[in-house]
Amino acid sequence: MNIFDIVGPIMVGPSSSHTAGAVRIGYISHKLMGEPIQSADLFLYGSFLATGKGHGTDRALVAGLLGMKEDNLNIPNSFEIAEEKQLKFSFYNGKGLRNPHPNTVKIQLIGISGRKLEVVAESLGGGRIKICQIDGLDTNFTGNYPTLIVHNLDQPGHVTEVTSMLGHKSVNIAAMQLYRDGRGGNAVMVIECDQEIPLESIKWLEHLEGIAKVTYLSLED
Amino acid sequence: MELGSLDVILKKAEEQNKQFWEIILEHDCRERQTSREDSFSTMLTMYEAMKNADNSYDKNRRSSSLLVGGDGAKLHDYIARGSCVSGTFMGEVMERAIKMGESNACMRRIVAAPTAGSCGVLPAVLITCQKHFQLSDQKIAEALYVASGIGMVIAGRASISGAEGGCQAEIGSASAMAAGAVAYLKGGSSYMSAHACAIALKNLLGLTCDPVAGLVEIPCIKRNVIGAVNAISSADLALAGIESRIPPDEVIDAMGEIGRIMPKELKETGKGGLAVTPTGKKITDKLHKL
Repeated sequence: MNIFDIVGPIMVGPSSSHTAGAVRIGYISHKLMGEPIQSADLFLYGSFLATGKGHGTDRALVAGLLGMKEDNLNIPNSFEIAEEKQLKFSFYNGKGLRNPHPNTVKIQLIGISGRKLEVVAESLGGGRIKICQIDGLDTNFTGNYPTLIVHNLDQPGHVTEVTSMLGHKSVNIAAMQLYRDGRGGNAVMVIECDQEIPLESIKWLEHLEGIAKVTYLSLED
Repeated sequence: MELGSLDVILKKAEEQNKQFWEIILEHDCRERQTSREDSFSTMLTMYEAMKNADNSYDKNRRSSSLLVGGDGAKLHDYIARGSCVSGTFMGEVMERAIKMGESNACMRRIVAAPTAGSCGVLPAVLITCQKHFQLSDQKIAEALYVASGIGMVIAGRASISGAEGGCQAEIGSASAMAAGAVAYLKGGSSYMSAHACAIALKNLLGLTCDPVAGLVEIPCIKRNVIGAVNAISSADLALAGIESRIPPDEVIDAMGEIGRIMPKELKETGKGGLAVTPTGKKITDKLHKL
């Protein structure tokens, strides 16, 4: 937490958790997608579901998916803008997550190229968020750093491939997490970095054997 | 945490012969690896956004629930008639606080300070002080460092979230931050800022978060008025040399403790207090049918 989490952010009301946090979740999901979105299914849980409408949570999420940030005055008009930009979206009552945080949303996205992405995120208050699942595997990151997410087979050597690439490109690792669904199964590494990763390095990773999917959150506009 | 208590901030200020706000500015420079100029210009941007929000109030806007909007204009007209019991200065403070609360509910652009629900307190107090006492933006930004330092200590030791600590953690914290800022603006010492903060927070201990239909509307908007007025009177007390008998950090800890033992029905769940009054329930049912 820094002083501009206390005085700030500049945001469209009415709620830092239900509005600003929701825009941010949408925005980070849009950045993770890395391409315009053609359709979005959004599942609301807990207080997002109970009081989201009155807080504009639904409009805030769609605004974020369109690439708006929390201070964009067009947030209240996001449904109309989505229609213009041919982004189809539907909202559902969330089910099936065990003990979700009060402000949770699951978002299933399809990009214009057909690329799919599923994100589960929580709004923690004060506009801060946590991305807690990507494509069904647990994660834990805030979206405050350039973040690399690599889905790979649970085999020796993939972590080295990724981290030595980062070393080569002078990208320092701020935090790193590893998860898997079972020994030898699907694994995911989440790496938060102090610098942006060059695009060609991301592309190079995508072609390595044993790497199933690479998702990158760039903070550059 | 480096600045875990107001006591540490006051000690550092005394040892280094600096003001409260400079200690916070330097902390920010280290924390975010940025320059003094950059930090200061970000703070000025926050104040600029507060002034823009104040200027762009629209009395015709209503919130999506249609429950709130337009009260700022009523208060404005009342004060313009010269009939405000608490005088023009306090009248303007109240007007700005209610307008900002309404703008927030109507999905306008505001500055969360520390939260969106309490966004009216600091700007109401700071903008009105600037106007009446001819203060520069530079001076107001310094006061915002005092406020954010107080807010950081409160967030670290207690909470600034209504869901965690009730409204005392939101309006209470905003009021404590604003009280410290006003004490600074009126020439008070760092010690006086800390005691203004303690007095303001003590006055709002136990304040519950029980908004009708879970919306940041009833009673949140009018609570911004109370937070702002309380900040001014608490600063006056501290500037007169009156101290909080309970030291500021202990008051903050008490707020955190009260928040922990407060029933969850009164912490932003819509299950107690005003939210479940007959009228509160009627409003909730009506909104759910929409």
